[in-house]
Amino acid sequence: MNPIRSLADIVRSPSAPEAAPAGTGRSIAIKSLSAYYGKHRALEDIDLDVLPGLITAIIGPSGCGKSTLIRCVNRMHEVIKGAYATGSVLLDGEDIYAPGASPVRIRRRIGMVFQKPNPFPTRTVYENVIAGLRLNFPRMPKADYDETVERSLRAAALWDEVKDKLHSSGSALSGGQQQRLCIARAIAIEPEVLLLDEPCSALDPTATLKIEELLYTLKAKYTIVLVTHNMQQAARASDMTAFMLADESHVGRLIEYGQTRDIFIEPKESRTEEYISGRLG
Amino acid sequence: MRKEVEERRFLGRSVRGAVNAAIAIVLTALSVSILFAIVGHIFVNGVGSLNADFFTQIPKPYGETGGGIAPAIAGTIVMLLVAGIIAVPVGIGTAIYITEFGQSRFAEIVRFAIELLAELPSIVVGVFVWALLVRNLTGYSGMAGACALAVIMIPIIARSVEEILKLVPDGLRESALALGTPKWKVVLFVVIPTVLPGILTGVMLSLARAAGETAPLLLTALGNSFFNLDLRRPMAAMPLQIFNYAVSPYDDWHRKAWASTLVLVAIVAILSGAVKFFVRRWKHESN
Repeated sequence: MNPIRSLADIVRSPSAPEAAPAGTGRSIAIKSLSAYYGKHRALEDIDLDVLPGLITAIIGPSGCGKSTLIRCVNRMHEVIKGAYATGSVLLDGEDIYAPGASPVRIRRRIGMVFQKPNPFPTRTVYENVIAGLRLNFPRMPKADYDETVERSLRAAALWDEVKDKLHSSGSALSGGQQQRLCIARAIAIEPEVLLLDEPCSALDPTATLKIEELLYTLKAKYTIVLVTHNMQQAARASDMTAFMLADESHVGRLIEYGQTRDIFIEPKESRTEEYISGRLG
Repeated sequence: MRKEVEERRFLGRSVRGAVNAAIAIVLTALSVSILFAIVGHIFVNGVGSLNADFFTQIPKPYGETGGGIAPAIAGTIVMLLVAGIIAVPVGIGTAIYITEFGQSRFAEIVRFAIELLAELPSIVVGVFVWALLVRNLTGYSGMAGACALAVIMIPIIARSVEEILKLVPDGLRESALALGTPKWKVVLFVVIPTVLPGILTGVMLSLARAAGETAPLLLTALGNSFFNLDLRRPMAAMPLQIFNYAVSPYDDWHRKAWASTLVLVAIVAILSGAVKFFVRRWKHESN
């Protein structure tokens, strides 16, 4: 084991992206996307191709629009009063911003995990996992729900910790467990893409590591986009990295996008290097 | 020198602090003692006339002893039930519209209208229901009384539920939306269950307020000396009964007015106590 001297030492081995299985994940093509909050433009002209079966990290200083960007990918951005987006996001070639596209249906195909763990407080662990199925899909026999709960909790690496308290409240779990419960809830409806908006910012290092390992096991099945303000996390957990930066008028732009090891070891843009080495942002 | 100055200032500060605390304590004692004075007075004057007949018999004409206020108790309960059936869905629906769906200028207007409605003197509500319903449609009746009480209750429910819904963190709504849940299901199956205890408290508050309303019932339910559960006919109510007994010149009726008041206060206290109890147990269980 070599000592860690810089971020370059924690980047996973270069073989990782190629070693990833072709996978069943979907590609996402973001094309000239701009996002607005009322009159303020938060994102300008973003073009980004997210590759299937990989973990793509979006990094950048606070306020650079990275959360706004992934919220545009499942049309959660427009939930905020006055917010809207222009441009297109293609999910396997299908534009989710096409005139007839339903945001509700899109969100069933693109799951999301938020910064703050937010299990439904009035529901048990069990009910939290199947909340999406119960709310939005036809009724299923109880055995199917049981099976979904176990499969999702195992996939979220939470099963062993909660299998004896499936019927106690979801908010009684620890913060890290709650966040994995939210991941289990998101994958219970079998989405094609998983978006994570700073999922570890409220967690301690041990819980963070668990989530990162979990993401690594999930990437074969889901295309994963991970927003993080933690550069070490991006270096550790992702295959591809996108670096974003906002200008003086708070308009976020994509500065550089490439394989994680390239971004962290030999970035092409001077601003990326300044940010990664801690001189910017 | 410096020490003396500091000691003087310290003395001044502690005297001012003590005076301020004393004023606050006196004022608090004043407001609490008013409540105790009212409840105590009602109890002392009313408890002597209470007996089983008081709860089961109809009022006797003046000159006969005994009799009770059973029609008034029944009428108040029936009218509150009907008013609740009308006002609870309307009030909650309005609050949901304002907080969950209203992103427009229209929602602002609705909110303003609800505030105005809440500040409307209750006699005005009585006159309005009298002009609209009693004169044209129903005549003096329990139904008209229930409608008047519903108009009193709607803004109270709408405003308290609106405040409660505002406390629900947006993260909860977003996590449900992100599962591909349509907005109406998010409200109905995620937001509302989370704040159910608060909604119950709001409804309770409005019922307690409506239970004591006299003015709107004078012009609508009218009152009735006989036992009547028919909503199409004039109906007795506790506040009306108290009013009638209190304005009479007879000592026996004055005593009955006190007893009726005691019963009304007890009903409201029991109702709100029961809701508090169930809400606490419900909260306890869900944790």
